[in-house]
Amino acid sequence: MSTNTERITGAEAVIRCLLEEGVDLIYGYPGGAIMPVYDELYKYQDKLTHILTRHEQGATHSAQGYARTSGKVGVAIATSGPGATNLVTGIADAQIDSTPMVCITGQVGSHLLGSDAFQETDIIGISTPVTKWNIQVTKAEDIPSVMAKAFYIARSGRPGPVLVDITKDAQFAEFDYSYEKCKGVRSYKAIPKTDPQTIKDAATIINEAQKPMIVWGQGVILGEAEAEFKALVEKSGIPAAWTILGVSALPTAHELNVGMVGMHGNYGPNKLTNECDVLIAIGMRFDDRVTGDLSTYAKQAKVIHFEIDPAEVNKNVDADVAVMGSVKTTLADILPLLDEKKHEAWVSEFKAFDKIEHEKVIQEELHPTKEGMSMGEVIRNINEVTKGDAVIVTDVGQHQMMAIRYAEFVKSKSNVTSGGLGTMGFALPAAIGAKMGAPDRQVIAVIGDGGYQMTIQELGTIFQNNTGVKIVILNNEFLGMVRQWQELFFENRYASTKMTNPDFVKIAEGYHIPAQRVTKRANLSDAVKTMLETDGPYFLEVCVEKENNVFPMIPTGASVSDIRLS
Amino acid sequence: MEEEKKQYFTISVYTENNIGLVNRISAIFLKRHVNLLSMTASESEIEDVYRFTILVKLTEEKVKKIVGQIEKQIEVIKAFYHTDSETISQETALYKVASGLLFDEPQIQNIIKRSGASIVTVNKQFFVISKTGRRIETEALYSALKPYGLLQFVRSGRIAVSREAMNISDILKDFDE
Repeated sequence: MSTNTERITGAEAVIRCLLEEGVDLIYGYPGGAIMPVYDELYKYQDKLTHILTRHEQGATHSAQGYARTSGKVGVAIATSGPGATNLVTGIADAQIDSTPMVCITGQVGSHLLGSDAFQETDIIGISTPVTKWNIQVTKAEDIPSVMAKAFYIARSGRPGPVLVDITKDAQFAEFDYSYEKCKGVRSYKAIPKTDPQTIKDAATIINEAQKPMIVWGQGVILGEAEAEFKALVEKSGIPAAWTILGVSALPTAHELNVGMVGMHGNYGPNKLTNECDVLIAIGMRFDDRVTGDLSTYAKQAKVIHFEIDPAEVNKNVDADVAVMGSVKTTLADILPLLDEKKHEAWVSEFKAFDKIEHEKVIQEELHPTKEGMSMGEVIRNINEVTKGDAVIVTDVGQHQMMAIRYAEFVKSKSNVTSGGLGTMGFALPAAIGAKMGAPDRQVIAVIGDGGYQMTIQELGTIFQNNTGVKIVILNNEFLGMVRQWQELFFENRYASTKMTNPDFVKIAEGYHIPAQRVTKRANLSDAVKTMLETDGPYFLEVCVEKENNVFPMIPTGASVSDIRLS
Repeated sequence: MEEEKKQYFTISVYTENNIGLVNRISAIFLKRHVNLLSMTASESEIEDVYRFTILVKLTEEKVKKIVGQIEKQIEVIKAFYHTDSETISQETALYKVASGLLFDEPQIQNIIKRSGASIVTVNKQFFVISKTGRRIETEALYSALKPYGLLQFVRSGRIAVSREAMNISDILKDFDE
C-alpha cells in the first residue's frame, strides 16, 4: 500500500493500480479513446507487458485462459465503441464460467457522453447483464478506488468479470494519486457465513448413506480446495464425478474418479445419478447440460449442496442441506466428522457401467477399426506423450467433448474450455493466455475446424510473441456437433454445416508457425511427438472421420438415466 | 397451471445509490421475460440507502429465485418479497377533468366527495384531483369518472412497507464483520 500522494494523470494511475494489484501481463487492442493509457503502457513496458491480440474478443479469451491456469485475475483493455462491444462475448463467457477478469475500456470525453460521438457506445448498459460489476469513471481521482474495488470484486467470492469504463478526459486529468487495496465492499458479502449445523447435518446424511455420489464442479478449483476435496473423497470412499469445468481437480486415474456427468458424460455416473441415495454437489450449479430433465433428476436422492453463491442454492435442484461458504473451509470442516468408509459394492456398480461403455463406445473411439481417424485416438496419442501433464484448451463442439472425455489429467487447472456459454472461437486466444499463465507447462489447444476459423487471426499474436502453444485442429469439414444433431434430430438435413476449408497448413506457415497435416493413422503418433517436442508454437491438422458422432448422449430434455450409447 | 399459481408480490430492494443499478435490477427481470407492473425508487429509512419497490405477478418459486439474483448484485444490500397481505401498500392517481363538467354534471361533485379524493388545483379550463389508496380504490374512482370524460389519468407505482421488520441496519453491520 502506498500512502504518499503524487500528482499523475488518470491514465498513469490506471497502470499504477494494475501494478499495485500484482498484474504484470495484460491483453488488449489500442484505439482513440484509450490512447492516454496506451501511452503510459509504453512508458511502463519494463514492468507491465501488453500483449496485442488481433481482435478485442481475443484479448478477453486470452485473459480468461491466463486466469484459469494462473489463478490470477486476467486483464483485457480496449478502446470505446467497437473495441468495447468486441469484449462482450468474452465477458459473458467469463461471467457464466466464473472467471476473474477485469476489463478496462476507454470512453469518449465526459462532455460528449450521450452525443453519439465517434466511437461512443453505452458499454455500461451493454455489459450490465454479463458483468459481476461495472462502472463508468469520469473523474481521474476516482480511478484508484474504482480499480481497487474492481479487482476485489473480480477475484473474491464467486469470481467474475468486472468492467471499468474510463472517459478520455479522466485519463488525461492530473490528480493526487495514492492507492489503497480494497478490503471489502459494504453490501457485498464475498463468502457467505457457514452455519455449523449444516456441516453436522451433512455429515450425518453422508455417514448414513449406502449409495452416496459426489458431483464436483469448478468451485473446487476456484476455491483452491483440491487437497481438501481429495481428502474427503478418499476418507469417505465416495465415487466422485465431475462437470466439464471441474475436471482436473482430481486426477483422472484416481480410483474414485468415476468420470463426467451430463449430456456427453460417462454412462455410469449419469445412470447412477438416478440410483444414488445421497447426491453431494460440491462447487457446481446443476447446469441443464448436467442435469437433463430436472423433473426426473436424482429425485430419489437427498441432495447436499456445498456452494459459495446463495443464488445457486435451490435454483435448479432443491437441496436437503445447503452448506454455504468456500469449499476450502467447508470441506475441511466436514472431514473430521465423516466416517472412514469403502463403498465397494456401490463403486463396482460404476465399474460395471464403465465396462459397458468401454465395450460399446470407448474402445472403438480410442482404437478405431475403421479406416478414418477418430477424434478420440488423437487425444489418446496426446495422452501417451504427455502422460496427462499438460493443459488442454478446447473450443466448443464435438472435439471439445472428445477431448474432455478422453484427455487424462494429473494436475489441477489443466483444463481450459468454454463451458457455460459455449463460445466457438474461444480456444485459440484462450490457449495464448493459458500458456502465459503457466509458461512451464505444455499447453495444447484442441480445436475444431469451425471454431478455429472464428478467431484464426490470433495466429498473429502467437507468431509475434512466439507463444509456445500447440494447436491441434480436428478437421472433419463440418460444424460437427450441429451436424450430429441434424443427423439425430433433423433427419440428416445438413443445413449450413458443411465447411469448405482453406489450406490450414499454409495459413499457419504464413505466420511462420511450423505446421503439419496428418491424413493417415500411420503418421499420427509421430506427428504428435514432433509437435510436442518442438520448441515454440506448432500447428497440427488431423483430418478425422467426417461424420462420427459423440456418444454417450443424453438428448435434450431427456432424463440422465436415458443416456444413449448409440 | 403455472398461471393459476401466480400472485402479486411486492419486491423491496435496499441498495447503495449508484448510477446503473436500475438497469442492473431490471435486466434480471428482462432476462427471465418477466414484466414489471411498477417500479419506484426512493430514499429509505437509512441515510444513503435507497429503496426500490417493484410490483410483479409471478409464482412464488419464480419470485424467490429472482430475489436471489437481485440480492447477488454487488450494490444490493438486501431484497425481500412479500404478498399483498404481508404489506401495507398505496398508490396515488391523478385525474384531470374539464372544469365545465362540475357545472354540467353536478353528480361529479358527489363522486369526488364520496371517494375521499382531494382537489389539487382548479382553474377555468380543468381541475385535477388526487386519490391515494389501494389499487381497487383508485380504479373505482377511475371507473366512476370515466363516463364523464377524463382529460388525463395517471397512476404512480406501488409503494409499500412490510408488516415484518426489515432490520437493514443490522444487515449493514453484518457486512462489516
